Amino acid sequence: MSTRSARVLPGFSLSLGVTLLFVSLILLLPMTSLIGQLSTLSWSQYWAAITDPRLIASYKVTLLAALAASLFNALFGLLMAWVLARYTFPGKRILDALMDLPFALPTAVAGITLATLYSRNGAVGSLLDPLGIEIAYTWLGIALAMAFTSVPFVVRTVQPVLEDLPGHADEAALTLGASNLYAFRRVILPHIWPAIVTGTGLSFARSLGEFGAVIFIAGNMPYRTEVVSLMMATRLEEYDYAGAAAIASLVMLVSLLLLLAINLWQGRFYRRLHGGRH
Amino acid sequence: MSITVSDVSRRFGNTTALHPLSLEIKKGEMVGLLGPSGSGKTTLLRIIAGLEAPDSGSIHFGDRDVTHVHVRKRRVGFVFQHYALFRHMSVFENVAFGLRARPTSERPSNAEIRDRVQHLLERVRLDALAKRLPSQLSGGQQQRVALARALAVEPEVLLLDEPFGALDARVRLELRRWLRHLHEEFGFTSVFVTHDQEEALELSDRVVVMSNGKIEQIDTPQALYRAPANRFVFSFLGETNRFGGEYREGKLQQGNAWIAMAHSDIAPNEVLLRPHELMLTTAPDAKAHLPVTVDAVSPVGSDVRVELTADWMDTPWLASITHHDFDRLQPARGANFYLVPSRWHQFAPETS
Repeated sequence: MSTRSARVLPGFSLSLGVTLLFVSLILLLPMTSLIGQLSTLSWSQYWAAITDPRLIASYKVTLLAALAASLFNALFGLLMAWVLARYTFPGKRILDALMDLPFALPTAVAGITLATLYSRNGAVGSLLDPLGIEIAYTWLGIALAMAFTSVPFVVRTVQPVLEDLPGHADEAALTLGASNLYAFRRVILPHIWPAIVTGTGLSFARSLGEFGAVIFIAGNMPYRTEVVSLMMATRLEEYDYAGAAAIASLVMLVSLLLLLAINLWQGRFYRRLHGGRH
Repeated sequence: MSITVSDVSRRFGNTTALHPLSLEIKKGEMVGLLGPSGSGKTTLLRIIAGLEAPDSGSIHFGDRDVTHVHVRKRRVGFVFQHYALFRHMSVFENVAFGLRARPTSERPSNAEIRDRVQHLLERVRLDALAKRLPSQLSGGQQQRVALARALAVEPEVLLLDEPFGALDARVRLELRRWLRHLHEEFGFTSVFVTHDQEEALELSDRVVVMSNGKIEQIDTPQALYRAPANRFVFSFLGETNRFGGEYREGKLQQGNAWIAMAHSDIAPNEVLLRPHELMLTTAPDAKAHLPVTVDAVSPVGSDVRVELTADWMDTPWLASITHHDFDRLQPARGANFYLVPSRWHQFAPETS
């Protein structure tokens, strides 16, 4: 007798096979060729490729801008998710649909539009200029473009969790005399906290690699407003494939570690929430 | 603390949840709001709590007008239908929540909070489970945590929304008894919502029967059961058999069935009968001729419930007979008998 138990749901081997094929074609194959490119470099060449001073300046710009963008998104995204999940008002569905616009819009279009709006003689930029605030062609502009393209990550991860808040928990807090802030901090925030962290983390990871929207508003001045993805593009234009691969491998490593950390932490949190049972 | 509800009404969009209604609840009383779903009973409870604002009218706790007082300042204990426990907090922290939530100036010391929570947990017999999370407790235990949490802030009014709705029958019975004892010991005023007439009649000092956003009757359980004010209250409080027909020659007639009665002005074409007001016999009586066929028999409980059919009925009737009669008559499925009513009820037609 076979020890394999028969599956009731049909199509397991076919669907898993197709899935694995696509994962191989779309994810694993490009990564293999990336490693293939890296293998042409010695360790010292690799080290030199990723510690070029101009590149290090771009790390700083990218990290700073991505951090600012994702923190901004954590707050703004939470607010948007809150409004969409907790209230009903006319036009809510339109607002809900608009939230996905950054995903639907080509990032280059977003970049050009933002650059036009926020440049010194643009509609918004001309208002900020007298106050001494420059956005286009500074790291602020980069952060703005990153925030724009990655805000749906926070909204779309927090919104369902907020809608799914355990029935009346917040009302229960109010009947027990809690202030709005106390009820939010001790009852609502602990529930949506993992979603906020996940959304912010995804938004951060996406911002690290953002290219299309950023290059139009960044100005791309060496040592000041160049982002890592632009440096990769520059290497490619110089036919330095190995150099580009070296930078890419670093970005990928950081993103993977970030996702791993988020997942581990989230798993721990949910185990606690469900009392060790799933 | 007494509760006075005066002319309170509430609409949600185009639907009227509550027509203007008034209600007086005495200090220390336990009152059940009883009605089918959509009768407005939960809306009324939430308005008393301050979770919902009335469109008109006022709410007084004692002499204090609380109509515009925020729920957090009303000092009510509210037990939600599905407990609404804080899932990420231990049982202890759930109960301590109301004490910790107080502004710094009024907050008891940590030691005092620990003592008070510990005492409450002992009262609800959950002291051994203080460190557990709500998801590790059974439904009945979660319900007791919800009660302890509401009682921790020492409310003078305790409001409960379908407190035992999600529990199985045995636990429900035990918790009911326990709530009754707690109510007597603490002396707070309690209002609870239920759709279970047995629960309302057993627990309440007085029952408020509601339907379609209106109060149908307010009375003690005994008075309510003996003298229902109208047809709705009568049929909602227990199983009902309906005999409809035409009044001719001193009899209410329907097909070959009839009940002899003096002519009635209020409802000449209908009488209602409870299952225990029917007797099963082998021969018709001089006062009634109600031939029936046994459809199903359920000999569980203190009485035997017999389901009966006949072509003169619109819906099958239910009779409850004693085990003694059951043994004597041996009613089997398909057997023919006659019903003799010991009493019946007449109400004015429902105006809607």
